[in-house]
Amino acid sequence: MLNAQQLHYSYDGTHILRFPDIACAAGEHWLLLGQSGCGKTTLLHLLGGLLAPRSGSVQVAGTDFDSLSTAQLDAFRGKNIGIIFQKSHFARALSVEENLLLAQQLAGLQPDRQRAAELLQHLDIGHKMKSRTDRLSQGEQQRVAIARAVINRPKLILADEPTSALDDDNCAEVVALLEREAAQTGATLVIVTHDGRLKEKFTHRISLQPQRP
Amino acid sequence: MNLLQLSWKNLTFKPLSTLLNVVLFALGAGLISLLLLLDRQLEEKFEKNLAGINLVIGAKGSPLQLILSGMYHIDAPTGNLPIEECKAFLRPGHPFIEKAVPLSLGDSYKSYRIVGTDLNFPKLYNASLREGRLWEKTFEVCVGASAAERLGLKLGDAFHSSHGFVQDDNLVHTDADKFRVVGIFNPTGAVIDQLIVTPTQSIWAVHAGHDHSEEEDEAAREHEHAHPEFDLAAPLHEQTDRAITSILLKFKARNVQTLNMQRSINENTNMQAATPAIEITRLRGLMGMGAEALRVLAFVIIGVSGLSIFISLFGSLRERRYELALMRVMGASPFRLMVLILSEGVITALMGYALGMALSHFGMEIMARFMQDEYRYTFSGLTFLQEEAWLLAGALGIGIVAALIPALQAARTDISTTLAEG
Repeated sequence: MLNAQQLHYSYDGTHILRFPDIACAAGEHWLLLGQSGCGKTTLLHLLGGLLAPRSGSVQVAGTDFDSLSTAQLDAFRGKNIGIIFQKSHFARALSVEENLLLAQQLAGLQPDRQRAAELLQHLDIGHKMKSRTDRLSQGEQQRVAIARAVINRPKLILADEPTSALDDDNCAEVVALLEREAAQTGATLVIVTHDGRLKEKFTHRISLQPQRP
Repeated sequence: MNLLQLSWKNLTFKPLSTLLNVVLFALGAGLISLLLLLDRQLEEKFEKNLAGINLVIGAKGSPLQLILSGMYHIDAPTGNLPIEECKAFLRPGHPFIEKAVPLSLGDSYKSYRIVGTDLNFPKLYNASLREGRLWEKTFEVCVGASAAERLGLKLGDAFHSSHGFVQDDNLVHTDADKFRVVGIFNPTGAVIDQLIVTPTQSIWAVHAGHDHSEEEDEAAREHEHAHPEFDLAAPLHEQTDRAITSILLKFKARNVQTLNMQRSINENTNMQAATPAIEITRLRGLMGMGAEALRVLAFVIIGVSGLSIFISLFGSLRERRYELALMRVMGASPFRLMVLILSEGVITALMGYALGMALSHFGMEIMARFMQDEYRYTFSGLTFLQEEAWLLAGALGIGIVAALIPALQAARTDISTTLAEG
């Protein structure tokens, strides 16, 4: 489902970041654990096709990113990969519901209001559907971000530090929601974090080694 | 939630800045359109009222005044022209002159001008009768379409004329006979629409009344509408003790002789001769400088509004860089981001254009009312020009140019770096 081999990346051309090979089967939930500075976000961007690696390759659902043009990769990502970032950002001029519809539209799918409404109900924020996103609390924003990531029923869900800004209760709840939504669509879930609280919740784990300069 | 809807939401998210851009653009586009409208309609008025007239003869004075009063009926008339002096032009059979139309000006009814002339006058403007007939004796009038409508004149109505062009009870010729409406013209779009037309002899009869004694007046009134001394059948050029105001001349052909004739009149007689085309060109030249300055101002405003659209969009890119990066994450290609920003610029410009057109046509309509009251000239805010379609193309172009650099910038958004910052 998700395969990465021999991934290398370099921001400045001299310091090279090396990443372990990854192979996740469909429907599996994985945790990539590592301390700050070991390139967690970089790895997530490589896996999501937001960055092109210096060498090595990434395949999602049998498609090698190298074989796609920029626009094709954007379209592929919109359809097949849902990404949740450490800090949620939204289209500021749009309501919660409109942000979800935009995600469908940009992925080239028909806007499905019912799906958006059900999903928000499911995540317990149905009452905020018409609110502007900047009026939501951190926890609510993170739920909307999850809704947006899963609305197109992606094959792969990537989450970058989804819990680092949350307290223990919210942390447990967000992870539970992620696992539940991923299970619902049979998606592969990959969480990148330094948050030790998540460790015992996942059986599939990869530890990222601190990068040597 | 397609790209156009998103553009619109983004614009209404910053209503004040969008409003400023739209209003700026509207001012520029509206001013240009207003100038075009005015220019075109003035040109049409001038053209139509030229009516093939080659030369206007009147008393000495300002040639422009002679043309404005004699042909456009907007300025005060020049002095009197004794028939003794100008009879040569009125007599039929002049070798160069195809048509000579005498005019007697200076009276009015409720500030609509009364023109004393002959039956050639309506022919100059191809004015046909909507109802009634042409005049057959003195004190019968035919009324132009707008004048009839505005004054509420109908066939058979009668009124006293008034001296001068302002409505003043002290200046009404109450001692003279009443004019009677016998015909109403169809609208022509020319100046005759605003006029009340009567034979020259009516004007003489009105003013002859001033010299009458009371008894004579009484006697005259008993002979209802009988004015044997103002017989329409008698040729004008034989009434050498009378005067008119001016003569409109149509030549058989323009040549050296007609040019010489004009010079000769100006140099050797107490009259003056003016060429309408030359005087109008001079007048338009004078007005043209003001219009040119306004035109430059309009283009400067449009330029500033383009710059303002550019600055707004460019400034918003910084605030929206996460949003744009996110749209890429969600499947939008760089090209679609470019289209998004471009359409924000274009929508702003188009709204400005639409508002500008509304303003200019509304303004033109207001101005038309004013001109109707002031000068008896009809303009309209409801005519649309081909140039306005070009202006629309220009608006699109400015919207695109103003948004192009921000759009390219948006397309170049580096998703990874931007998202890593946040």
